[in-house]
Amino acid sequence: MAIITGKAFVYGDNVNTDVIFPGKYTYSVTDPKEIAAHTMEDEDPAFVKEMKPGDILVAGKNFGCGSSREQAAFCFKYLGLGAIVAESYSRIYYRNCINAGLLAVEVKGLAGKVKRGDTVTIDTDKGTVKFPDGSQATFAPLPPEIEGIMKAGGLDEFIAEKLKKMNG
Amino acid sequence: MGKTFAEKIFSLKTGKDLRAGAIVMVKPDFVLTHDNSSAILSTFKKMGGKKVADPKQLLIVLDHIVPANDEKAATNHQKTRQFVAEQKLPHFYEGGRGICHQVAVEEGFARPGAFICGSDSHTTTYGALGAFSTGIGRSEAAGIWATGEIWLKVPESMKVVLKGKPKKWVTAKDVVLHIAGKIGADGALYYSMEFSGDYIDNCSIADRLVFTNMSVELGAKNGWMAPDKKAFDYLAVHGVKKEDCTVILPDADAVYAETLEIDVAKIEPLVAAPHSVDLVKTVVESTAVKADQVLIGTCTNGRIEDLRQAAEILKGRKVAKGTRLLVLPASSEVYIQAADEGLLKIFVQAGGIVLNPGCGPCLGAHQGIMAPNEITVSTANRNFKGRMGCNTSFIYLASPYTAAATAVKGTIATPDML
Repeated sequence: MAIITGKAFVYGDNVNTDVIFPGKYTYSVTDPKEIAAHTMEDEDPAFVKEMKPGDILVAGKNFGCGSSREQAAFCFKYLGLGAIVAESYSRIYYRNCINAGLLAVEVKGLAGKVKRGDTVTIDTDKGTVKFPDGSQATFAPLPPEIEGIMKAGGLDEFIAEKLKKMNG
Repeated sequence: MGKTFAEKIFSLKTGKDLRAGAIVMVKPDFVLTHDNSSAILSTFKKMGGKKVADPKQLLIVLDHIVPANDEKAATNHQKTRQFVAEQKLPHFYEGGRGICHQVAVEEGFARPGAFICGSDSHTTTYGALGAFSTGIGRSEAAGIWATGEIWLKVPESMKVVLKGKPKKWVTAKDVVLHIAGKIGADGALYYSMEFSGDYIDNCSIADRLVFTNMSVELGAKNGWMAPDKKAFDYLAVHGVKKEDCTVILPDADAVYAETLEIDVAKIEPLVAAPHSVDLVKTVVESTAVKADQVLIGTCTNGRIEDLRQAAEILKGRKVAKGTRLLVLPASSEVYIQAADEGLLKIFVQAGGIVLNPGCGPCLGAHQGIMAPNEITVSTANRNFKGRMGCNTSFIYLASPYTAAATAVKGTIATPDML
């Protein structure tokens, strides 16, 4: 990981898991490609058509509130989203991002900094997000206990390695 | 410096002296999963899992789509049953027993000092009986199946003191909606919420469960209350012995990130308007809203006390023309009790449909999905856009009293307005 540059898709506060990935699909849609196709369906149907791998989602407070359904985080991973930048996250959602191996950073003072289509750059080594006006914000690195999950590419891979070690 | 409930239970479970902010590996007493178990099983296998780390740790309740509404749901259930048999899991409940959170409470898993993680956001419910319980993702549940453990951060705490005597028709649901309106849908983000005060002391266990169930709607990691005689009486009826409980109380000098004190006597009957729990309005302000459907039940308000309140209003009355009533008991225990008390007859005579215990239409998968532009007044916990299966429909959250009165009137109402 190092530098991620992408086009921004900007949303407000309290974007919930039902609008990211509707509950009606949670038991009927299981194929990653199909899950990806429903991403942001009830918030912004244009998102899946316009976004390209590496793009960045920018949101306000409490992103991903609501259900624990992890498809709402995995759908972005399946689409190849570069990262999510939000003022704050719902806690289960934040965990689901880590478990998906999807970069999610918490940055304060985002409001009005970015509009749809702007270019945003994240430097994961320095812990910075650069905005089009030249300003930048910082974010805290992941605690070492959790960084391992991201480095492994997600919780599946992390636990798989752990089980291998446990079983010698 | 004293410790909060969260700091104490994390310290106790790990044998370490922990404060808020610490990240630790914990072995939960139980890990709850439901219809998502078959998807979790796929992840478990992908992780290389063969035997679960501790069969006694798994609690599986089929509730989300019961009975199965299509072949896919039926196959998910079938895979789960096969897994339960293969791994010889002792804690499995078939569809029809009830909503996982009510089953966890009635079967004695939720008890003082228990540490429970669940792959469902409303796992927070069990704190009303003195447990620490929180929601996690599916992959994390698979991780616990495989290794027995999960990483968690010790949360900061928010103290919520509720005082006073509520007005007539004001229930726990109105009080929790008042809190939502006051602090917002992220007002308790990452916090462990500790509820106390004479209002809580006077609440039934059913009412207390409303607060802990809905604490996640305020962003909380968990909700908790001190177990008292009422809690132990409830636990005793449900087969839990006092010696199998560990009462963990916060210290008097514990440090809280925030404290909220509320006089419940000032609260009016409330609703949460679409599409957010914190868009709170009084019922009086909302009387122009016509209800196409009313849902009474769910893991928030589907207990016998809730059904009694609804029946009190619906007895001898009819559901308004143009409005449909769905009643969803939270468990088979509630269902049987409601049948014995004649409540189900009251609902059906009023023109309602009594659904089988389960999650029903709450998550929009089956049993009461709305058409475009329709409005449901629901006693559930979530009114997100599209939540009940149609993204151009609307959900208002309300108490059982308000929901029942609304079913009779056809527009949002308190029982006084009938």
